[in-house]
Amino acid sequence: MERTSFDIVVVGGGAAGLRAAIAAAESDPDLTIALVSKVYPMRSHTVSAEGGTAAVLRDYDSFELHALDTIKGSDFLADQDAVEFFVARCPEEIIRLEHWGCPWSRDEDGRVSQRAFGGMSVKRTVYAADKVGFHILHTLFQTSMKYDRIHRFDEYFVTSLIVDAGACTGVVALNLRGGSMVAIQGKATILATGGCGRVYEFTTNGFIKTGDGMALAYRAGVPLKDMEMVQFHPTCLPGTGILITEAARGEGGYLINKDGERYMQRYLPGKMELGPRDILSRAMVQEMKEGRAFEGPYGLYLGLDLRHLGAKKINERIPMVRELAEKYMGLDPVHEPIPVRPGQHYIMGGVSTNLKGETTLPGLYAVGETACVSINGANRLGSNSLSECLVFGAACGHAAVEFAKRRSTYPRGAAAREALKREEARVFDGLLGRERGKETVAGIRIEMQQLMERDVGIFREESALSDACGMLGKLRDRFASVGLADKDRVFNTELTAVLELDFMLDITMTIAHSARNRHESRGAHSRTDFPQRDDANYLKHTLAFQTDGPPRIDYVPVTITKWQPVERTY
Amino acid sequence: MVESEVVFRVKRYRPESGLNYIKDHVDPTLTFRWSCRMGICGSCGADVNGQPRLTCGTYIRDVHKGAVTVEPLSNFPILKDLVVDFDDFLNKLASVTPYIVRKDWGDLTKEYVQYPEDVEAYRQQSLCINCMLCYAACPVFGSSPEFVGPAASALALRYNRDTRDQGADARLARLNTKTGIWECTFVGECSVVCPKDVDPAAAIQTLKFLATMRHMRRLLMPGASSR
Repeated sequence: MERTSFDIVVVGGGAAGLRAAIAAAESDPDLTIALVSKVYPMRSHTVSAEGGTAAVLRDYDSFELHALDTIKGSDFLADQDAVEFFVARCPEEIIRLEHWGCPWSRDEDGRVSQRAFGGMSVKRTVYAADKVGFHILHTLFQTSMKYDRIHRFDEYFVTSLIVDAGACTGVVALNLRGGSMVAIQGKATILATGGCGRVYEFTTNGFIKTGDGMALAYRAGVPLKDMEMVQFHPTCLPGTGILITEAARGEGGYLINKDGERYMQRYLPGKMELGPRDILSRAMVQEMKEGRAFEGPYGLYLGLDLRHLGAKKINERIPMVRELAEKYMGLDPVHEPIPVRPGQHYIMGGVSTNLKGETTLPGLYAVGETACVSINGANRLGSNSLSECLVFGAACGHAAVEFAKRRSTYPRGAAAREALKREEARVFDGLLGRERGKETVAGIRIEMQQLMERDVGIFREESALSDACGMLGKLRDRFASVGLADKDRVFNTELTAVLELDFMLDITMTIAHSARNRHESRGAHSRTDFPQRDDANYLKHTLAFQTDGPPRIDYVPVTITKWQPVERTY
Repeated sequence: MVESEVVFRVKRYRPESGLNYIKDHVDPTLTFRWSCRMGICGSCGADVNGQPRLTCGTYIRDVHKGAVTVEPLSNFPILKDLVVDFDDFLNKLASVTPYIVRKDWGDLTKEYVQYPEDVEAYRQQSLCINCMLCYAACPVFGSSPEFVGPAASALALRYNRDTRDQGADARLARLNTKTGIWECTFVGECSVVCPKDVDPAAAIQTLKFLATMRHMRRLLMPGASSR
């Protein structure tokens, strides 16, 4: 009989989840930890992060400066206490990863190298060529193998949290291979399932990024914070949405329009290609609107020109850019500009937590892209997210351990058995039992993605947002008649697609309603009908709570410590 | 047949889309793993026309000669359709101590010095994405499933070549067992199919040399341990 009661249950095996699991394992040799993931941990989407991870490591830099860049990048929506906590802990996390074997690129003197990145005022971004996420993920995963007390549940899809007497006491998960449901109990539960990019049609995110953890928390009554804050990355390959790293610009790449002009000189002459992502993405859309974009089989695009960097620098610093351009676009960036356009990349919003990753539900924690602490506010700076996974992964792991230790006994089995029965009925008798009708999971998913792309994209306004809110409600109704062709319980990826779509429909509602309610433009949230930032009314975080219908929207203040909001100019 | 021809013509320039198109529009019961669609997560390996490949990096136009035959990776237990069980590999990976081993960790105020050439020494092996194409291509693993295999061996060498590591001796001892590197007959198919140029075949030959040196040292200098 497999063990099903643990001190800590971590959901998600990417950078945040693994870092939390290792922190918990290191803090006490007697603790047991479950690491539950719907994929083998090394498949987690951290693997696709490319450009780097930020930390103050040099004399020319300071915590003050990293904090200011981050807060300014966030358009003053970040909580400044969280940012101060964050920047002060980035260096030790980067060095810890170094000690664990992460192959950071090095300077001639043997120290860890740092490169320029958008919105960072000095070279602050640590990197391992341009496979930073890949190396961080594999370093953490392999390091986690040191600890027998980290018990992995690979390819277990969490369908629900267990809530008992007002506290979270674990999860119910579908064992994909076994085709059965299991209750995995924990004194504390950490959600680290990453983002929800797949709610959009054109995204850099992998297929697995369906916002599971956000929806799980939301359904347990925990609010989602700042969900309208969605990041669009300016340089994605048309067609596939594959990310071309910001490091390409950090290393000196140009953005050009069809006239060969470095058009950023008209938008952000002080920063040019190294401006923050929200501003760059809007500039791209503007170039497209004004007829200065290239046109190709996948629509309008602009050029990322690396030719002047030369083959040697490209191969050494950004080899994957060349590999991706050759393999997926059929061109060599040494000789030709890479076609790029903006695409969904990241969500600043997520499960509302404090600095320790605690949510409003005792025993439930969230960390990484799943969570909103918030250090990213209305726009995240490139290379802060991997550091966020590490810093808050460790903090959250430690906080969960403290909580678990205070809870002297394991959670009682009755609540788990009840939750298990309820989920078996919902998933197996309900969803799996549904016969195929005219609605399919792919059909509704594609409509949802196109709707989000069109109405809740880079530029937003009232009528489109109100349409989106209405249409999403209708999609939710239609979802009730989605049927399944695959009736098998074992590795039923049609069933998991239905469960993911169910989660994504909740997430999209929170994004659209939060966006509709914020009558200003701030960071990535750009309202054509409210083009100005409005600190008097909207210097506050949105909270979306689940109800029987559309989410209930509420607000909480932003924490300001010492940086008073000023106009965001570069 | 007609249906599948249409699918492939429509989607031939979209690498990840062939199987997904079938799942979304033709047969939702088709089961396979996939995620990043950019050749880095290692989920989507399958035998395409008999060759182990990452399907996301496989253009239908390159393999389209009549029907495109897609089968689960060879040599692994099949769970369903194209989904195979990799647990055995994860146990083998764990068996080679795939992490930095040190007696003393130092503090967290500064990094260990490592020069660019030190990183270069293990960089190639560190690029393994655990996609398992090498195991599918390996005839030795096919006939002796207990063989530690190409990827786990390459990753062992990756740590042995890392100047920060002090665990080389234990790794070589593990690889110098019945299920270790001596099973390899240097067919070299693992390196042919590797999508990341990790060259596990060369890694195993290097490990054979290092294991032999370790053995000689222990014969000549009992009690002395290698790094």
